Amino acid sequence: MHELAVTQSVLDIALKNAGTRKIKQINLVIGQFSSIVDDSVQFYWEFISKDTAAEGSLLHFERIPGEMTCQNCGHGFRPVGDTFDCPSCSSPFVRITKGEEFQVDSIDVE
Amino acid sequence: MTTRIPVVENILSANDRIADRNRQMLDELGVYAINIMASPGAGKTSFILKMLEALNGRLKFGVIEGDLATSIDAEKAMAAGLPAVQINTGGECHLDAVMLADALPALPLKDLNLVVVENVGNLVCPANFQIGTHLNVLIASIPEGDDKPYKYPSMYRGMQVLIINKIDLLPYVPFDMDYFKRGVEVLNPGVAIFPVSCKTGENMDAWVDWLLKKVNRENKK
Repeated sequence: MHELAVTQSVLDIALKNAGTRKIKQINLVIGQFSSIVDDSVQFYWEFISKDTAAEGSLLHFERIPGEMTCQNCGHGFRPVGDTFDCPSCSSPFVRITKGEEFQVDSIDVE
Repeated sequence: MTTRIPVVENILSANDRIADRNRQMLDELGVYAINIMASPGAGKTSFILKMLEALNGRLKFGVIEGDLATSIDAEKAMAAGLPAVQINTGGECHLDAVMLADALPALPLKDLNLVVVENVGNLVCPANFQIGTHLNVLIASIPEGDDKPYKYPSMYRGMQVLIINKIDLLPYVPFDMDYFKRGVEVLNPGVAIFPVSCKTGENMDAWVDWLLKKVNRENKK
């Protein structure tokens, strides 16, 4: 339910960087562990970008899957199901290495 | 002709900057602040009231209560003798840095060592929003189940202290502590954990002693 606040922040960042130019597309990079629902952001986008330089622009989501690395055997894996244990050696000593991204990566303007 | 402008900015950076300002303001006044997060019903308000008992006057603290609606929690805190401010988010599922900036001046900060912020009961959204406190405290509770770290990783990733409340219910509820802690350790290696019961008061002293050390180290008052 925090998607409205997130969408507003995305708009603010895009407008600040676009200057006077018309925004065509905003490229977002979102990791699996960042809790956000793409469809809701898209839904809010059409409302809040109206009458701004971003009206009619597209949101492009690049989703980064979560990745973990086992501290015991070095195996890298994507967690599945209800455990984080290493699928190779069953060790619980694993660390998150990818999936926490939450950025406006770039904007396309004309 | 379309041009790509690189940005690479954290989506919530504007909020984070205001959070930094809140923290600076608290530092200047010598006030330490903690942000208590948990699902609804985990025992956040009871925990704050038990803290008051266990501290027994050793710290002067005020409370900021975040809820969608009502001032029930702030009234409970005031009835216990605590200075308290209620924030009604009006539907927002979390507190943000601007809400805290607006609420802080309503507390008598000059007379306090500690501000305890009770965030909106929610295991998803508050994790994303820094508010400008010094310490994020997550309260898990036994009846919620042992799978919560796996289901709500961002919340368990974003805290610095974990309280496990309602341990008096362990004999009655299936809860695999080892499985729970394995998940926590992956998301938050080495995090301080305090199993407590707000009902019996068990182990509240250990948490309060730990907090006192932390506050005294940071505070110049």
